[in-house]
Order: sequence, then structure tokens, then C-alpha cells
Amino acid sequence: MDQENLISLLMSSLRVAVPLIFAAYGGLLSERSGVIQIALEGFLLIGALAGAVTAHYTGSAWLGVLAAAAAGLTLAAVKAFFVLKLKVDQIIAGTAINLLAFGVAPFVTKVLFDSTGSTPSLPIEARFSSAPIFMAAALSLIMTYWFHKTRSGLSVQFAGEAPEALAVAGTSVLKTRWLSLMACGALAGIGGSTLSTYLSSAYSPNMTGGRGFIALAALIFGRWKPIPTLFACLFFGFTDALQIRLQGINSAIPVQFIQILPYLFTVIALAGFFGHSRAPKALGQSFDRG
Amino acid sequence: MKMFSSLLRSFLGFSVGLCLALALTALAGENPTHVLSVLLHSSFGSSYDFGLVLFYTTSLIFTGLAVCLPFQAGLFNIGAEGQLTMGALTMAAVGILWPQLGLPWAPLLAVSAGFSVAALWGFIPGWLRASRGSHEVIVTMMFNFIAAGISSYFVVGALKSVESQNPETASVGSGYLFKDFDPLHALSPDSPVNISLVIAIVLAVITWLVLNKSLWGYELKAVGQSPDAASTAGINAKKYKILSMLIAGGFAGLVGMNEILGSAGKFRLGFSPDYGFVGIAVALLARNNPLGIIFSAFLFGALQKGATDLDLETATITRDFAKILQAIIILAVAGFYSVQFLKVKKWIKKT
Repeated sequence: MDQENLISLLMSSLRVAVPLIFAAYGGLLSERSGVIQIALEGFLLIGALAGAVTAHYTGSAWLGVLAAAAAGLTLAAVKAFFVLKLKVDQIIAGTAINLLAFGVAPFVTKVLFDSTGSTPSLPIEARFSSAPIFMAAALSLIMTYWFHKTRSGLSVQFAGEAPEALAVAGTSVLKTRWLSLMACGALAGIGGSTLSTYLSSAYSPNMTGGRGFIALAALIFGRWKPIPTLFACLFFGFTDALQIRLQGINSAIPVQFIQILPYLFTVIALAGFFGHSRAPKALGQSFDRG
Repeated sequence: MKMFSSLLRSFLGFSVGLCLALALTALAGENPTHVLSVLLHSSFGSSYDFGLVLFYTTSLIFTGLAVCLPFQAGLFNIGAEGQLTMGALTMAAVGILWPQLGLPWAPLLAVSAGFSVAALWGFIPGWLRASRGSHEVIVTMMFNFIAAGISSYFVVGALKSVESQNPETASVGSGYLFKDFDPLHALSPDSPVNISLVIAIVLAVITWLVLNKSLWGYELKAVGQSPDAASTAGINAKKYKILSMLIAGGFAGLVGMNEILGSAGKFRLGFSPDYGFVGIAVALLARNNPLGIIFSAFLFGALQKGATDLDLETATITRDFAKILQAIIILAVAGFYSVQFLKVKKWIKKT
């Protein structure tokens, strides 16, 4: 592979890592606050749809981002209501939210555009050219600082590690988790909008293609920490770009094997073969008081 | 009393979920009563319709059991989709590699090979959980994607069909198919329902018996309900967790028997309308009771079939409506199980 090819491969790795970074940081907020987040896929899909539909009607990709954040937040609020208020099992609720997103999206396109498939193609002015890369970079910086250095960031960590201690200190665990979950939905929703208004020019069915789970994998591979998670996203972005590149040519390594690499790495990391990888202590447990 | 309360909650959750989903169709300009009548009639319109519902039911019993058994041991198996993919792929591979084989060895070999590989796909996450503490939810989910990758590799590669443009494997040898000796197939020859339904029901009954009437089942449930007490009593919790996942994987793999030996005769990429995930809903509605799973699998099978018909009979509803129905029913049922009715009564008294 010559130098020019390598640079373009790295550039496309960076581009496809953008939705992963948004979704993984959303997942980080949720999981560090103690709520297992397997619904990232659903948030991404609904964000991709809301972003494309809004950009189509308004001609602005930025308004698309706003709408995607709102859509992701709404879906996350539904999940939060069931998980935090009714104390429904987090895995069951997450599964249902994903099903809901994948059922509602074709319903919306059918009602709006009379097709179960894609939204109309967006003109170039209604799409992003490079802004999302900078947004993702800014998000990484802000998240890393906020998570470690601010009171609210520490509250999120305590909600997932030692909720009793947080409650004793006078901060509401439930409120912290509510806010973390909704922020998670908004971030993942924005990530979704970059799929439809940045990486492609329309929403198409199932366009997330498992990226929500790859983002979750990146989060776990990154040991639930901001900077390692960023690198995991970039690495999984690289495998994705490589897989896209290899699809055209006859390569010795089958494309499918590169596609499953992120999942395989995550299993190996979870099994503790890459050093210690520990989930937040209170992950998956509901909290009854305050 | 507990049984009655469970039934009531499942019933309420299911009804409320269905009503909410129907209300959603009204928002889109459909007539909810028309939607409901299509849903109700689509399952019983003809022997073909009913056969298709039973075909879905069969697969959902298998995946429902695959969720139920580990749940009783305190584990969440959301990997039934990957397990059934591996089982079905293996059965197709056996049928393509040795096409000359005849009865009775052909189906026996295919089913045991498929069961074993699918069981392995359940065993690994179970073993990782028990021995290394890796969260089974995430590992099984990753295994779903790995299974999807492997199946797509073989379907476009080594097992590829030469005649067809579709992403599917070649056909298995005719000795593998249930058709000739299948009494259920004879009852409804056009529809895909086959003898696997009987096997699924028998398996559900056996699972119920083992869970409720044997020491093995008692110890397995003890591991799930109170791990500390179980270990004090000297029960080997690891063994039960691993075994429950292993057997669950095998059960999910039997979906391949229903699909490949019973009906299609080949592995088609994406043949499963999320059987593995709907299995979670099936087990939830049945409160993880294997006998209840038979009935809740039928309900979800009927909904699946009904949604397909709505696609044809209405302007705005597509077959994906099944997912909305499933999602809302899951949330409503789970919600009703979480709400404590006593609290509601107190609250009503207060206000």
C-alpha cells in the first residue's frame, strides 16, 4: 500500500469513527452512572432518521443535529422512565427500546415519504463536510475534563460505583442517572445524525448496521474510561474503514473476518486477557432511595 | 394466588401494550378496529395461515426456552440469535457436505451437529461468565455479531448456492428433509409447519418437569434465586450457570431444524425475523415458565403473522409494525410486573 492510499485510509477511519465516538461517550455517561446501555443502536437509528428528515425539510444539517439530539433524548427518557421509575430490568428495557426504534423508523418514513426505505437524498448544502470531526474532537476533550475534574462528573462516577455514598453526600442518585441517561440519548442521537448527514446523504433502513453495539464494545474495550474509549473508537473506525476498502478488491483476508474483529477484541478484553477490565460496581442495579 | 397474579399481570401488560400500539396506528390515520380485525383474522384465515403461525410458534418456543433456562440460573441470554444462526448454519453445512445420506441418519446427524455447535456458542459465554466474570449480556451480544459474520462468510463462500442469486446456501440432500414422514406437514402441505412443533412442545414440557420436579432443577433455581444460600448449601453454582447456557444454546440451535430440515432446505441469510430477541419477550410474558412459553410463543407468532398481513391490507403499516408491537408489549408487561399493586391501592386510598 503506497503512502497516498494509507493517508486516505486513515482519513476515512477518522470519518467513520465519528458516530462511534458520540455513541460511545453517550454509553459512557449511562454506564458509569450505573445503567447498562444496550440501546445505543436504537438511539443512533432514531438520530439518523431525525437528522435526515429535519435536514431535508429545513435545508440545514445543524438543525438536523438538534432534532437528532431531541429524538435520542426522548427515546432515552422513555427508557429512563421504565428503568429508573418503574425499575424494569435494564436489559429487557434496552431490548425493547431497540425494537421500538427499528419499528418506528420505517413507520415514520412510510407516513412522511410513502416509502419504507430511504429518505430523499439531501443536497450538498444540507450536509456536513467536515464539521462533525471537530465536534467529536471537542466532545472528547470536554468529556475527559468534565468527567475527571468537575463535581458533576464525579457524581456520575459515584452513581455507578457507590450510589449509597452519593446519596449520603446529599446528591440524588436517581436524578444523576436520569440526567446521564438523557444526555446519553442526546449524544448517541447526534452520532446517528452524522451517519445520515455526514457519512452519507440520506437515511436508509438499518443504516446503523450494528454501530451502536460497536460503540458499546469500544466503551468496554476502553475500560469505561474517556481517553481509552476514544482510542478504541478510532481503532474500530480503522477496522471499519479497512473492511469497506477491502470489499472492492479480492483480498486474502475475508471481509467478514475484519468485520467481526471489534466484537472479538471486546470478548477477549472482557475475558480479562488484556489486563484488568472492570465494570462499574453498581452497573445494572436499581437504586431505591433518593 | 401467585400464579393468578402472574397471569393477571401478563394479561394486563399484553392488553395495554396492544391498545397503545393500536392507538399509534390511529395517529397514522388508520382505523384501529380494522387493524385489530386484520390481526385477529390473519392467523386463522386458512390452514396455510394457521400453519405459518405455528411455524413461527415453533421457533419462538425454542428461543423462549433458550432465554428461560439461563434466567432461572440467574443469567441473561440475549445470544439466542447467534446460537440459532450457528445451529442452522451447521445443519445446512452437514446437509450439503454429505448429500447422499438417507433416513434416519441424515436428520439425526444434522440435528446433533447443529445442536452441538449452537450449544458451544452458548457454552463459551457461560464459561467466560463463570470462570472469568465476563458479563454474559455483552459477550452473548458480541457472539451474535460474530455468528452473523461467520454465516455470511460461508453463505457467500464455501456453501454458496450456484443456481440462486439470493444470499443463501445450496440445498441440503433430500434425505435430510422431514417432508416424507412428517404428519404435520401432511395436514397443511403448503405451509412450513412441521414436526419440529411437536418436538418444541415436548421439550418445553420436559424443561418444566426438570425445573420443577427434579433435584437438578431445584439446585439450578437455587443458584438463580439466592446465589449465597446456594453456595452455602454446597451447590456448584459455576456448573449450573455453564450448563444452563450450554443447553440454552442447543435449544436455540433447534430453530435451525424447524427452518432448514422442516421447511426451507437451505440456509438463507437473514431468515430469522429476530427470533432470538422475540424469545426474550416470549419468556418475559410467560414469566419464565416453560409451559407458559408454549402459549406466549403462539401469541407472538400470531402477531408476527398479523403484522405481515397488515403490510398488504393497510396504507401506512409495514411488516416492521411487529417490532413496535413487540416493543410496547415488552415494556407494558415488564412495567406491570414491576408495579406493586398494593402501593397503588394505598395511593388510591390516600388521594
